[in-house]
Amino acid sequence: MNDVLRVSDLTKTYQSGSRSLTVLHDVSFQLEAGDTCAIVGPSGSGKTTLLGLCAGLDSPSGGSVTLCDRNLGPLSEDDRARVRNMHVGFVFQSFRLIPTLTAIENVMVPAELQGRLDVKHEAEALLKDVGLEDRFDHFPSQLSGGEQQRVALARAFINRPAILFADEPTGNLDSETGEHVVDILFRLNRDAGTTLVLVTHDLELANKTNRVIRLKGGEVVSDSNPREMASASMNGGD
Amino acid sequence: MEATNMQRWMFRFARRDTRGNRGRLALFVSSMVLGVAALVSINSFGDNLRTAIDAEAQTLLGADMSLESSKPFSDNVESIVDSLGGIQSRRTSFSSMAYFPRTASSRLVTVRGNEAGYPFYGAIETDPPEAAEQYLSGDGALVDGTLMQQYGVVVGDSVKIGRSMYRVEGRLLQTPRESAAIMLFSPRIYVPLARVDTTLLAMGSRADYEVYFRFEDERDVEATAEPLRESLQEERVGIDTVEEERENWDEALTNLYRFLGLVGFTALLLGSLGVASSISVYVRQRVQTIAVLRCYGASTWSTVGVYLMQALGMGLFGALAGSVVGVSIQTLIPIILGDFLPVDVSFNISWPAVFMGSGIGLGVTILFALLPLLSLRNVSPLAALRSGVDTTALEKGWMWWATAAVVGLGTTGFAMIQAPTPLMGLSYAGGILVVFLLLAATAKGVMWLLVRRPPIRTSYTIKQGIANLHRPNNQTLMMVLALGLGTFLVTTMLISEQTLLGQITVAGAEERPNLIFFDIQPDQVDELIATVEQTGLPVMEDVPIVTMRIQSVKGLSVDEMRADSTVRTSWAHRREYRSTYRDRLTDSETLLEGEFVGAHSGSGPIPVSVEVGVASELEVMIGDQIVFDIQGIPVETEVASLREVDWRRMQTNFFVVFPDGTLDNAPATHVVMTRADSEEASALVQGAVIRSQPNVSSIDISLVLSVFDAIFSRIGFVARFMALFSISTGLIVLAGAVLISRFQRIEESVLLKTLGASRKTVLRIMSVEYLVLGLVSSATGVLLSVIAGWCIARFVFATELILAPGAILTIMGVVIGLTLIIGHFNSRGVYDRSALEVLRSET
Repeated sequence: MNDVLRVSDLTKTYQSGSRSLTVLHDVSFQLEAGDTCAIVGPSGSGKTTLLGLCAGLDSPSGGSVTLCDRNLGPLSEDDRARVRNMHVGFVFQSFRLIPTLTAIENVMVPAELQGRLDVKHEAEALLKDVGLEDRFDHFPSQLSGGEQQRVALARAFINRPAILFADEPTGNLDSETGEHVVDILFRLNRDAGTTLVLVTHDLELANKTNRVIRLKGGEVVSDSNPREMASASMNGGD
Repeated sequence: MEATNMQRWMFRFARRDTRGNRGRLALFVSSMVLGVAALVSINSFGDNLRTAIDAEAQTLLGADMSLESSKPFSDNVESIVDSLGGIQSRRTSFSSMAYFPRTASSRLVTVRGNEAGYPFYGAIETDPPEAAEQYLSGDGALVDGTLMQQYGVVVGDSVKIGRSMYRVEGRLLQTPRESAAIMLFSPRIYVPLARVDTTLLAMGSRADYEVYFRFEDERDVEATAEPLRESLQEERVGIDTVEEERENWDEALTNLYRFLGLVGFTALLLGSLGVASSISVYVRQRVQTIAVLRCYGASTWSTVGVYLMQALGMGLFGALAGSVVGVSIQTLIPIILGDFLPVDVSFNISWPAVFMGSGIGLGVTILFALLPLLSLRNVSPLAALRSGVDTTALEKGWMWWATAAVVGLGTTGFAMIQAPTPLMGLSYAGGILVVFLLLAATAKGVMWLLVRRPPIRTSYTIKQGIANLHRPNNQTLMMVLALGLGTFLVTTMLISEQTLLGQITVAGAEERPNLIFFDIQPDQVDELIATVEQTGLPVMEDVPIVTMRIQSVKGLSVDEMRADSTVRTSWAHRREYRSTYRDRLTDSETLLEGEFVGAHSGSGPIPVSVEVGVASELEVMIGDQIVFDIQGIPVETEVASLREVDWRRMQTNFFVVFPDGTLDNAPATHVVMTRADSEEASALVQGAVIRSQPNVSSIDISLVLSVFDAIFSRIGFVARFMALFSISTGLIVLAGAVLISRFQRIEESVLLKTLGASRKTVLRIMSVEYLVLGLVSSATGVLLSVIAGWCIARFVFATELILAPGAILTIMGVVIGLTLIIGHFNSRGVYDRSALEVLRSET
């Protein structure tokens, strides 16, 4: 199976005057279609930096990122934007809905950016799918946090992305709402066969993925499959 | 994405993104509305004026052609007049005293002795209308309406001019070739030419002799006039045709409305800066939205394009609103400028002016908006992941500089086109740039100072209010620019006005002469002095004046010099000189070079003293020879000294002074000066003189002051009307600036209230902020206007700066007051918001 995301020796260094700070050091991993992966680690470990580099939101100082067979390294910011538009979906911790657009208009944005201007029915279907059939014309300020994140999920899936990056998707939600959102996220992901990369502090959420990459000080300290580990520990326990 | 789909998306998104912000955007853009309105109204008015002048060209001259001379026509000229044929009407004009017996008042006026027929085109407007014809049939006179009002003269009264008595038949309301402003300088009285007291036209008195023609045949007037010009010029006779008159008025009025257009353009520039500043803050508030769009694949230019479309929409709205306002206020301009216009201007919408004004407004707005929009290229999609990634800090790359250069060149180019001369336009653009830079430097300097030297030993409210001036997203720079420029314009006009009026007041103060009698014949001097002294007034000066022209300079005749294109001639070669003779310098004169010769009885050239400015024009130095023509007799002179003259002194000053006794036999008139300490004393002596020597004219300096005052109040009104555009624009920019930082203020206000500050404390903090802003802006504007006023006084009026501290402090007070009112009006509700509300709107 082809890798959807291939990360090789990825390094990110920030320059501050004469001092340089390496926040990510020689990170490598691959993800195939349909994989689900959590990146975990303490604050400042480089999780979000890694997510940004994988999604082509930033340029690495060393190493490479290949997303859907496109090496992002030599691409300009606008070329990377085209790759994102074709293959990537996002879910953010603070939802990042556009406050001046209604729920349905927010969902339509990625498709419209693809040049598909007549996607209202698709957007409606997605909003129905996340349980917001009566919230089409509501503005973000008129929605609760959970509802806003569900709109963000619908927006993330409208272009049927090959890979979805989620940054602390439940970080701004209470546990009950968070659980509901996570259920929807994994369901949509499964249905669409999308590769999922999520950054989280929440180990319970991380354990729902089939791979967990643990970062510390910008380096990968472990790369494991929690289900296999759980199963191994259960077998070992027997 | 296909280009058309991309454009459709950009348009769709730009429209959606304005939701909830349309009121705010409309306010931002309204700062350019007045600038566009000023341009549209003035240019539209200019087009209407040109149409009116074209349509009424013949009325402007009142005839097909005219000849004019300051001497009675020679036989040669008379034969030319005869040969021209057509219907002719003659007019003789001169200055004289008019005496109104019923009110026992007198006034120096311009008397026009008219024959029947003139004007051949248009009409003399009078009240009652029939008076325009009636006055010619007997001993009638038409008197300027304003003069009649001032002196309490009514129809049916008598007026005495020289030895002739006339009956006032009506008020003179409007006449060809004369605007109300000209009438203010010298009121007109029309009398029949045949009834003019010819002794008033005696030698030495200034008079103009004119003949007007109406040609009933289909002759080409220009072709008729052209071959006559040279021979008439030799006779010092001017020739004027309808076409020339039209061109003269057209040029003068085009300069006037172009200048007003420049003032309007300043308001537009200020408004555009306001738009740019508002957009700068507005797009900073859009960073998260843009970052999300970038995450989902929006290209750099498509995001810039979205907000450029919004700016375009704002610009279009502003241009449209500005055009509507401009067309509406266009009706006011003829009322404001009415006194300066020779024709009635009707109201018509000039579409070229509307398109030009709105086009310039749109263009300038887009260009100014582009500067902050370029920073959007730097918004990183990472900002969606991490709060606090501010990538909108403007890196001034080549594109920014290129845009700034287009803005600068466009502004300068427009100023050069709009100004009466390209040099004036360039100076204007340079001046505005300097003022903008100085205001900006002041704002930056104040912020720099407040950051480094914050007030420590003062109350919390003052510290907080002052800190608001340099916090992130502050609008200090824009507010100082907007309010400072408005204050600068208004105060500069006030200072210029005060300086000029003040000089005249000073000139007439202390123990200096303030009443001048002139056109006194030599045999009248003793009697006049006796009359003055009988009324108890002192005779302070008796100065003889001899009229002359230059025949040759350094052996080369003026005619030869004028014929030779390699030799420079100027007004100094052509003018008529009114010289005197005396044995000493006066206190307004300073000897610069050579020796002042007070007496001369020897043979050879007469040693004369020449004023340094005119010597420079004539290119003469000590020892150079000048031959003057005095009533046809050549008088050889030699430059013996050069003098500097203080022309501001209200006394008789001369370009050329002869030694005492050298012109005793030349035909002279005298000027006698006295001082009257009250209006009554002035009226008494003038009345006594006019009764005994009616040809003698007089000027009372208090009258000159009142005329200047009237002229300035009219010019000042026009200037203030134009400055109003800038002031109003400044206030709108201020309102926009306050509104744009409203959310931030609400947050701060809530935070302060949560931490225990009362509503009153929040209110005080804002008051301190607006107070300091108003103070800094108005003080900077006033300071710059004092510098500009000094430059104007020194280099334009060649006088000393006079300030009116009371008026200047009033302007500052008004600006500070308006800043406080508008600041608080747009912040209303900020103090009353609850913390919960803010938290909700944040999520």
